[in-house]
Amino acid sequence: MPTTRLALAALLAVTLAAGCSGGGGTPAPEPEAAAPAGPVTLTYWTWAPNMDKIAQVWNAANPDITVTVSKQAGGDDAAAKFLTAAKAGNAPDLVQAEYQHLPSFVAADAVADLAADAAALKGEYAEGLWGLVTLGTDGVYAIPQDSGPMMLYYRKDLFEKYGVEVPKTWADYAEAARTVHEADPKVYLGSFSSKDPGWFAGLAQQAGAQWWSISGDAWKVGIDDAATTKVAEFWGGLVAEGVIDDQPYFTPEWNKALNDGTQLSWPSAVWGPGVLESNAPDGKGKWAVAPLPQWTAGENVSGFWGGSSTAISAGSKNRAAALKFATWLNTDQAALDLLVKEAFIYPAAAKGQTSLGDPPAYFAESQPDFWQQAATIGTTARGFTFGPNVGVTYNAYKDGFDKALKDKAPFATAVKTMQDATVADMRKSGFTLAG
Amino acid sequence: MLFLLFFALPIGYTVYLSLRRTKVSGLGLGKGSRQEVWAGADNLTAAVADGELWAGWLRVVGYGALVLVVMLGLALLFALLLDSAHARLARFSRIAIFLPYAVPGVVASLLWGFLYLPSLTPIGGVDFLGATAVTYSMANVAVWGGTGFNMLVLYTNLKAIPRSYYEAARIDGASELAIALRVKIPLLVPAIVLTTVFSLIATVQVFTEPTTLRPFSNTISSTWSPLMKVYRDAFVTGDLYSAAATSLVIAAVSLVVSFGFLRVVRGRAFGEVR
Repeated sequence: MPTTRLALAALLAVTLAAGCSGGGGTPAPEPEAAAPAGPVTLTYWTWAPNMDKIAQVWNAANPDITVTVSKQAGGDDAAAKFLTAAKAGNAPDLVQAEYQHLPSFVAADAVADLAADAAALKGEYAEGLWGLVTLGTDGVYAIPQDSGPMMLYYRKDLFEKYGVEVPKTWADYAEAARTVHEADPKVYLGSFSSKDPGWFAGLAQQAGAQWWSISGDAWKVGIDDAATTKVAEFWGGLVAEGVIDDQPYFTPEWNKALNDGTQLSWPSAVWGPGVLESNAPDGKGKWAVAPLPQWTAGENVSGFWGGSSTAISAGSKNRAAALKFATWLNTDQAALDLLVKEAFIYPAAAKGQTSLGDPPAYFAESQPDFWQQAATIGTTARGFTFGPNVGVTYNAYKDGFDKALKDKAPFATAVKTMQDATVADMRKSGFTLAG
Repeated sequence: MLFLLFFALPIGYTVYLSLRRTKVSGLGLGKGSRQEVWAGADNLTAAVADGELWAGWLRVVGYGALVLVVMLGLALLFALLLDSAHARLARFSRIAIFLPYAVPGVVASLLWGFLYLPSLTPIGGVDFLGATAVTYSMANVAVWGGTGFNMLVLYTNLKAIPRSYYEAARIDGASELAIALRVKIPLLVPAIVLTTVFSLIATVQVFTEPTTLRPFSNTISSTWSPLMKVYRDAFVTGDLYSAAATSLVIAAVSLVVSFGFLRVVRGRAFGEVR
């Protein structure tokens, strides 16, 4: 049947051609300038708990703009899913975007530039946070939602038991690790996680690293800079000595260690209470917080682990409505109160600080001034610009440090792996690189 | 028509993708700074030349050898035992051995993962997720899940063999063991070949066990198996084009391995049938 075959061939050709133009990055339709008449429905991908409840509050007050929350798994998978959906042309209107993934979203042309309408929100945020959504350009690619300044969580009761002080410097931390492990070989002060590049990035930020920077029209990649190498070698030394565990975080193994008191501290971020509450329920009332140990005595700096923003996808047909919701969600006092109470997040907007009232129940006894502590530490946190291929870098972190742990190699080799993988990927894609 | 729509079209699109790549200019930020262009055979040659991919194949060969030998050996043994005249509790054993197959691979891997974790495992003294043991630990999950299915295929084939063959053998004075070795196994060869081909293909595509166990351990890299590399390229590092090229390489290897195997055994296995 030659005719059928011909028709099929034609079909194939057409589909392939469609694939061509689809994959070729057809420019996103420009949004309507005015808010569309009639009710619109927006989809919102997020993993913050109880966001559906918060959306309901909005929906009740705004019958014209209905927001439907679609709960996602968090982390790197969520970013991959959004990028794939954007490529396939069925991305949600709104998406929760972690700061480190935002540049990849921008580079893939997956999120809208809101500069024309959202620039006025700049005043709501600290400068460093705003920089994370502008990427140091004239654009505004998302509205900051929460931030994750890092601090040290520790078991108050067990620190007393083993006679260690809260470490002021990383040298103190190393000393404390030795003391604790010597007192009881089953007990570790903490763990180095080869699965949490965000954690390592935060520690590198504290040490003053700049993994990416923009100079003129070129990217500069400095992942293997002195600061990052110093952090890596510090942890590598402790692991080699055997006084720090090398279990990845968020594994059942690690949960158990936190819960039964065989792991005494965790350098983490302000969102830590939620993790501790669900993963280490027996530790309630026993954990406290302190600023991260410092590299130089007397200094007072921290980094960021996590934190996210609300971005609007480039393909959204209801950009104005989406922006309205995103602005309300992240800067309205009532919404910020809800975010703190229902979604347990540490709001990025400056006025969100007033929403922070009682400490998390987990810390009510051991650290009643949890939020005051967090706010003080928050002002000392510094971040850095994230590059357009964080996915590659973070994956190289996991593989590089896994390998270093397996082969008992110096951790500096893993940092070098990250740098090389990142540069090779950027060069392959055609980014202009400085130096 | 259906063949074209559901089979040829996806393959065609994969081939097309493998010939493309993104080209970024400058910082790659603003609009239009990222374009899709033809890459020719670059992705394919890069995929073939990638040392990580071949290291992955090597790991999978070691893992596959373990799985194939142990799983099919056990499946054959259980099928013969169930079929033997002396089997007691045959119906119960059959279901008990088959049951793990009904457990989804991810669940099975998690289940075993918890048993492997040093502080949770009831078996002390072995680091199941350590550098050397991890391959065995993963093979164990696959064997646990796959034995029942293969056993059932073999057992069904055994049931189809006329009982009169066995009676004839018995009259000739053959023991149960001799019947199993000399009569049943030769007659089973086509079924064994079939299960081997299925298992070979499944092994080439191993993904679930290492991916599920990876967060528990430092010893499984993101490119442990070839298919994991495809996943990483496509969804972690965002290079759909390299992923497409690597998938083509995997498909080619898969075809070569299964047809190669069939070719080697064809003469022996199906010789007497012809």
